[in-house]
Amino acid sequence: MEFLHDIWGFLKTRKKFWLLPAIVVLLVFGGLIVFSSGSAIAPFIYTVF
Amino acid sequence: MSEKKKIILGISAYYHDSAAVILIDGKIVAAAQEERFTRKKHDPAFPKNAVRYVLEEAGVTMEDLTAVSFYDKPFIKFERLLETYHAFAPSGITSFLAAMPVWIKEKLFLRKILRDEFEKVTDIALPKKTPILFPEHHLSHAASAFYPSPFEDAAILTVDGVGEWTTTGIFHGKGKDITALKELHFPHSLGLLYSAFTYYCGFKVNSGEYKLMGLAPYGHPKSERVEKYKKLIYQDLIDVREDGSLLLNMEYFNFATELEMCDDEKWNKLFSLPRRKPEDELTEEYMDMALAIQEVTEEIVILLARTAKKLTGSKNICLAGGVALNCVANGKLHKTGIFENIWIQPAAGDAGGALGAAYAAYHIFLKQDRRVSGDGRDAMQGSYLGPEFSSPEILRTARKYEAVSHYVADFDTLAKRAADLLSEGKVVGWFQGRMEWGPRALGARSILGDPRNADMQKRLNLKIKFREGFRPFAPSVLAEESEKYFDSDIASPYMLFVFPVKENRRKIIPATAKGLYERLYVSRSDLPCITHIDYSARVQTVHKETNERYWKLIDAFREKTGYGLVVNTSFNVRGEPIVCTPEDAYRCFMATDMDALVMGDYIFLKEEQPGEQKDFQNTYEAD
Repeated sequence: MEFLHDIWGFLKTRKKFWLLPAIVVLLVFGGLIVFSSGSAIAPFIYTVF
Repeated sequence: MSEKKKIILGISAYYHDSAAVILIDGKIVAAAQEERFTRKKHDPAFPKNAVRYVLEEAGVTMEDLTAVSFYDKPFIKFERLLETYHAFAPSGITSFLAAMPVWIKEKLFLRKILRDEFEKVTDIALPKKTPILFPEHHLSHAASAFYPSPFEDAAILTVDGVGEWTTTGIFHGKGKDITALKELHFPHSLGLLYSAFTYYCGFKVNSGEYKLMGLAPYGHPKSERVEKYKKLIYQDLIDVREDGSLLLNMEYFNFATELEMCDDEKWNKLFSLPRRKPEDELTEEYMDMALAIQEVTEEIVILLARTAKKLTGSKNICLAGGVALNCVANGKLHKTGIFENIWIQPAAGDAGGALGAAYAAYHIFLKQDRRVSGDGRDAMQGSYLGPEFSSPEILRTARKYEAVSHYVADFDTLAKRAADLLSEGKVVGWFQGRMEWGPRALGARSILGDPRNADMQKRLNLKIKFREGFRPFAPSVLAEESEKYFDSDIASPYMLFVFPVKENRRKIIPATAKGLYERLYVSRSDLPCITHIDYSARVQTVHKETNERYWKLIDAFREKTGYGLVVNTSFNVRGEPIVCTPEDAYRCFMATDMDALVMGDYIFLKEEQPGEQKDFQNTYEAD
C-alpha cells in the first residue's frame, strides 16, 4: 500500500502519467519473474498447455 | 520540560560510497563510510556496519530517531532511466534488460527495503510513525556543502556525474533555507565528461578521476597537442555556453545506453589516439589529454561560479559533488577571486550525500533553525567523525599478532619519538583518534614521511602503496607555517586545494628531462616529495584545535628539522579502503615497507615484529 501511495504521489507531482503503463507492465513481468522464480512466460505456457 | 531531541539518520547507498551519518539537534555526532568496515572500496551495499556504528556512537536506537533521510529520490531516478531508454531506443536494450530486474525487485521498494534492513541490522524495527525522507540528490549535496559551512549566506555549486536528472546545480543558501536557482540535466554532465576521459586514459570510472587529475600536470601546458585536444573537445564533444552550462555531443558518448562511457572508435578518429588499456604505458599523449580535459573542467567550473555569483550576489561559495574533489580546479577558482570565501564539503562525493540528506531533513523538513559558529569555524569538527579505538583494543590486536609494542605514556615524548623516526627517513604509520570522514586521510589514519627526502615519493608509491609511480603526495603543514612554503592565503584543512610551492623553494627542472619518470625523479624544490611536476602541492593545513596530536607531531618534526610539514598519504595500499581498526592498520603495516606504526600511545617498530606477511596488496583489486 505504501508503495502504491508513493508511486501515485510521484506520478501526480511529476505529472508523468504516461509512465504508468510502462511501470505496470514492468511490475507485472517483474512480479511474474520473482514469483515463478524463472522465466516470465512460464506461467502463460502452463495455462496454454 | 525540555523539548525532545531531533535525531536524524542520514543514509547514502546502492550506487557507490554507501555511508551513514547521525545528526542530533543539528550537530554531527558520527559519520562513516561502509567501505571502511567491509574493506571493499566504494562499497555500494546498504551501510549496515556504518549504521550500527553511528547509532552506537550516538547511544540511540532506531526507536529514538526523529526521521531517516535517504540521499536521493529513487522514483525520479527511475523516471530518468525509463525516459532515457525510451529516447535512445532501440539502442540500449541490453543495458535496459540488465538494469530493470534490480529496480523492479529492489530499488522501487526502497522504503520497505530500508525498514527491513534497519530491523535486520539493529534487531529493532523503525517505528511506523518515523518518516523516511528522500531529498533530491543535488539538494543533499547542496545541504552537505552549506549547512556545515561557516557562512550565513552563500552561493552553492554542486557538480557531479548525475543524481536523478540533475548533473549541476546552483543554489542560494541563506540561514536555514536553500533555494534552487539553476539546474543542468542528464545526459549533459561535466562529471560524466571528466569520467569519459578517465575511462579513455585507462583509469577506472568513479575512482580513477583523481589519478587523471594527478596525471594532468605531466602534460605540456600551451603545447600544440594540448591546444589541439582542447579545441577538439570544445568543437566536437561539448557546447559550452557563457553561463557554464554545457551540452554533450551524444554521438561520442555511450553512457546513456551502454555500460561504457564513450564510443572508442569515434574518439580514436577524433583524437588520433586509441583508448589506453589500464596497465599500458602512460605516454605523453595521454598526459596531454589529461591536461586538456583538466583545463576545460577548470574553465567550466569558473564559468559556473561566475553565474552563481551573478545569481546570488553572495561573497561566499560552497561546493559539493564529485567534481568538487578536483582540488586543482578548486585552487584555480579561489585564485580568480570571484568569491571572497570558499568552503568545500570534505566528503564531497556520494558518501557526503548522507550528511546532506540528514541536514536537509533537519533544517528543511523539520524547519529547525541554523546557528553559525561566528568565529569562522565550520561544523565538521575537522572531519574526524568516525570510530575511535581505546588502548585495550589496540593491545588486543597486538596480542593477536604477537606484536612487539612500546607504550609511551606522555604524548609529547611519543610525538618526539615519531618525529625522530621521520627525520631519519623512516616511513611511519599514524593511527590516532577518530577516523576521517571523506576520501582524504587527514592525520588520523595516515602514512607519514619526510618531505625533504628525494627518494620518498618513489619509495612510498612503489614499496608502500604499491601504486603508479607518477602519483603525487600531499603535505600536512602546520596552519601557522603554511605561508612559509606555499602561496596560499586560506586554510585547507581537508586537503581540497592545490597551492603553488613558494618560488624561492623551487629548483629548475632540466630541459633534458623528457619522459614521465625522468621528470618525476628530478628534485623540484627543497621539498621534493610533495612538490608536483608543475610546482604545485595539494595542501592540508593542520590546526591545533581540531587535531592536537597530529599538530604536535608536526611541531616536533619542525623543532627537529626546521620544517613544519610532513608527507601525508592515506593509510592503505592500492585498491584498499583507508584502514579503520587497529587490526587493519597492523596488517597493512606488516605487509608493506613501512618502518614504524604509531597507534594510540604505542609504537611498533618493524624490525621487532615477528614474521612478515606477503602479497597483502593482492588481496585488493587494483583501482
